[in-house]
Parts: sequence; C-alpha cells; structure tokens
Amino acid sequence: MSPRTTRTPRRQRVLLTGIAGNFGKIVARRLHRHFDLVGIDRRAVKHMPKDIDIETVDIRRRRAEDIFRREQLDAVIHLNILHDPRTPQAQHHDFNINGTQKIAKLCAQNDVPKFIVLSSTNVYGPRADNDQFLKEDAPLLGSQNFGAIRDLVALDMLCSTFFWRYPEVETVILRPAHIIGRIDNAATRYLRMRRPWTLLGYDPMMQLIHAEDVVSAIERALIPGIRGVYNIAGPPPVPLSYVLDRLGRQPKRQLEPIARAALDVAWSLKLSDWPTPELDHLKYVCMVDDSLARRELGYAHDYGFDDIVRELNRPAARPHTPTARK
Amino acid sequence: MPTQLLSSLFERYVPISSRIWKSIEALDEGQSEDGFDPFGFEPIFLRYILPFCDWLYQVYFDVEAVGLENIPDSGPVLLISNHSGQIPMDGMLIGIACLLDKKQPRMIRGMVERWIPDLPFVSWFFARTGQVVGTRENARLLLRRGGCLLVFPEGVKGISKTYDRAYQLEQFGLGFMRLALETGTPIVPVGVIGGEEQYPAIANLEGIAKLAGAPAFPITPTWPTLGPLGGLPLPVKYRLHFGEPMHFHGDPDDEDRIIRAHVEEVTDAIESLLEQGLDERAGVFI
Repeated sequence: MSPRTTRTPRRQRVLLTGIAGNFGKIVARRLHRHFDLVGIDRRAVKHMPKDIDIETVDIRRRRAEDIFRREQLDAVIHLNILHDPRTPQAQHHDFNINGTQKIAKLCAQNDVPKFIVLSSTNVYGPRADNDQFLKEDAPLLGSQNFGAIRDLVALDMLCSTFFWRYPEVETVILRPAHIIGRIDNAATRYLRMRRPWTLLGYDPMMQLIHAEDVVSAIERALIPGIRGVYNIAGPPPVPLSYVLDRLGRQPKRQLEPIARAALDVAWSLKLSDWPTPELDHLKYVCMVDDSLARRELGYAHDYGFDDIVRELNRPAARPHTPTARK
Repeated sequence: MPTQLLSSLFERYVPISSRIWKSIEALDEGQSEDGFDPFGFEPIFLRYILPFCDWLYQVYFDVEAVGLENIPDSGPVLLISNHSGQIPMDGMLIGIACLLDKKQPRMIRGMVERWIPDLPFVSWFFARTGQVVGTRENARLLLRRGGCLLVFPEGVKGISKTYDRAYQLEQFGLGFMRLALETGTPIVPVGVIGGEEQYPAIANLEGIAKLAGAPAFPITPTWPTLGPLGGLPLPVKYRLHFGEPMHFHGDPDDEDRIIRAHVEEVTDAIESLLEQGLDERAGVFI
C-alpha cells in the first residue's frame, strides 16, 4: 500500500511594506503564524522571526517590481507610509503618493488579488461640526485645518480610485482610530507624557484602539471577497480627561490661544515635534462609526480600555532611526 | 480638573435629595462601564445641576406638568414643543419634568448649535449634561439608541418674539417630521404655558442684536431699566401639557407640501394644548 498523502492547503503569500516600522513589526509577528510573509522596507529590519523573507528596498525602486514578479503574492498590506511631520512636504508627497500608486499598479499588473492600505481617522479631521460618529462616506476634511497631512488625505482618496481603476484587485482601506501600542505615533506619544497639555475648558470624547486589534482587522481584511473602506475603533469612547485620569497623568491646562502661540514658536525653533493643528484633537471630536467593519469584516475588538491603559503604562517603543535610506 | 473641583464643592455644600438620586440611578442611556454614553453624557454629573434646577422647577417657577404618562417609558420619542421666553427656560423645565416628575424617569436630549464645540467650558458642560451637537446623523443615532429628543421647530424665532404675539406659533421647520418618518419615531406634542410672561418683550431692537451678534435684544418692563436685576425672569407659574403620542407614516423624502401637512397636524395639537392650558390657568403667577 502506498502511504496516504495529505495535502495541506497552500498558505497565502503576503507582502508587507513598512515591516521595519514599529507597527509593521507588530503586524509581521502576528501574521507570520498564518501566512507566508515577505517584508520590504527601505530601513534595516532587526529581530524578526526567521520564516519571514525580508528585503531592504524602497517601494519606489525597480527592485520592488522584481519582488512582485518573483513571488506569487496573494495580498499586499501597505503600511509603508511616511508620517514624520518634520519631513518636507515634497518628500512626503513623493514617497506616500507615488509609492502607493506604484504598489497598487504592481498589484494589478501581477494579478495580486488583494491590496490593503492603512489610512487613519485623521483624514476626517477633528471639527466642531463633526457628527459624533463619522461614517466611511463622510468628507475627508482633515487637511482643511492641517495642511501638513494633505498627502495622507490625498493617499486615502487615491486608494479609493483603485476600486474602479483596478476592479480586479480587492482594495481595502482601513481607517483606524488613534492606535495605541508599542509604536511611535502622535496619540501614543501624547498619552505617554507625564504632564501632557490639555486645552482649558475642552474635554472631547476619544476613541482609542489597541494595535493588536488593528492587526485583527487587517487579518479580517485578508479574507477573499472583502473590499471597501472600513472605519475601525476599539472600546467605547471616553473623555480625554478620563483617559488622563486613569493613566495617572497630571495635565497642564492651557488657554487655547496661548497654547497655539507657544506651539507655533516651539515648532519654528524646532523645540517641539507637535504641529500646532494637532491641538484640534484636544478640542473637537473625531470619532468613527465602525459598525460596517463589525458587520462585514466580522471585526470585534479584543482589547478593552483597561488593556489600553496597561499598554500606555508600559515602556515606550524606541523611535525609528532610518539606517538604510537610499 | 473642573469635575473634581465641582465634586468636592458640591459634596461639601449642596445637599442632594433622594428624589434626585433615585432619578439619576434609574437612568439608562446606554452608558459604558466607564459611566459615559457615546456623546459624553455622564448621568452622575447631573448631581451638580439638578439641585438648582429642581429649586427653579419646584419653587421659583412652581411648575405643573400634565400628561407625563403620554411619554413612553422606553424607546425613541420626539417631544415637539412651542418655544418662548427670550431665555429658553422651557427646555430645562421640560427636562426636569421628565427626569424628576415622571414615574419612569427619562433623560431629555437636546440638540445644540454646531458652533457650541468651539466654546470652552460650554462644550464640556453641554456634553456632560446630555446635549448633542445638532447634526441630522446625531439625531438619527440618538433615536436609534431609543433616546428621547426634545425639538423646538420654531427655533430662535419662537423665543425672541414680542409679547403681542404671545402663544402664537411661528412657522415650524420640517426637519423633525422627516426624521420621525425616517426612524418611525412617535411624536409627543408639548404645550408650554408661562414662558411668554417671564420676559414680556415690548420691543426687539434688531439693530443692536445684530451688532452684538445675538439673536435678539428684547426690551421688557424691567430690562434694561432695572439693570442686571431686570435680567432675572419673572417668577411666573409654568404649566407643561404633554399630549398623546402621534404616529406618522410616509416617505421622509416626500416633497415639502406633503411633509408640511403632517407638521400642521402637530402644530394643531400643540395649539389645542396651549388653548387648554390658557383656559385652565387662574393667573400668570398662580
């Protein structure tokens, strides 16, 4: 009798751009258990599981095309998006818009069926007249008061055009609320401060989401057949003062005009990395309705507010040092 | 933290009656385990304002509420009321009636102007006391969550009218009816008696109001002649008449003519509540 052969189904091969970033690493460490991962980044990557193929390459370069030709990819998760507010706008635009456009085009040319891009709820922007919970079809007005994120809004809009430009590719745009975790984004940095500024007389409601829950949403988005734009949020919203209180922070309450003037000066003198329009997040709500993701993706948050508080009281992630830029 | 300061001051100096505690504890606005509903309403925060509001309600305005049983104990409902009084005390008094006088307390949610979030302290105070920025989507969400929404379809025109037009309704907006049709929400008409006499405006100086950026600048027998004292409302007796729930069916996107016909049914109901209230009252202050 010949030995019975059992065929294990082929694992999906997934390309992860931006694997060297703090969030990229979190995604890679979770997904490599269920997917064959190929990670690319222009920065050097250290301390990653051995079964992940890693290439140090800029997404805009020709070598990135070779990876698409060589690997039979089932999906691309695009996290390689530049957020550093100190980087010149031209560089932001070149990297984020041209890079993303190239990746999407390569997906279409190489028959990659799935393209997932991580945007954020910042594209809606904190505004006085916002609905309490913005739906996916709300206008993207984030750059109206915060010009420096024009490229991120443009990137989100560009990706929305892929639905009809590359209909054969299942494009998924995820817009998570403020991500909290061992990452180096504005929300996490702010909430880790011992004496963060708040604006006197304002206490907006906030949605926070644990980084691991965002990975769960990405995992859900990898399911064949899923396409579209999805807001993602974590546990029920709470006021900013409540978050700071639970974290044991001692906020410094500032008058808004003084805070704006001081931050303007500090930014100009390069004493602060906080662009002044970020103060709007301490004044207005910018929250999303994630019911579509919960319904269609089957997404559900696993990390509650207590987990987020615990996470924020852990030591911070180290900021990136770009070591392999070309 | 403003809340902590308020908390320590109130706990020391302001006694809170068991009537107020009972109502606060009975409130279910779908708040999370952290104590806030998605709009930032914190029921426990009401303990800071209810003692004063209750004094206004019971003592200063000596409010009499009739027909509170017409408000469903649960589920979505739209309270549609006439609006009067230069300073909108009517909204607060309807809220207190539903919260403290109704057997099963209901929290009234009001819709505030879209520029309110720009105002320091005001934005915070309104959010904690259950007021919501007036967007259509927020109203839908409140009703979907089984909320009780108070709407004054006359808007600013209602409160700023002079005394010669007392108890005459200004033209109602149509938005509330479209919302009711879309969400299948019953409407409870409310007739408020007394508000027109708290600041009986002889004239409205529109030019000054425009310069001051205010909706109206009323002249009353006491304001501005008595100075700040004239700014106090007269201690009139308020009577709140709640009518029977009205149910409407139809297409919320129908043309204005059809929606207007439904709205007229509501204005007729409010007018008859006002007539009944005016007939029944013995005087303005008793």
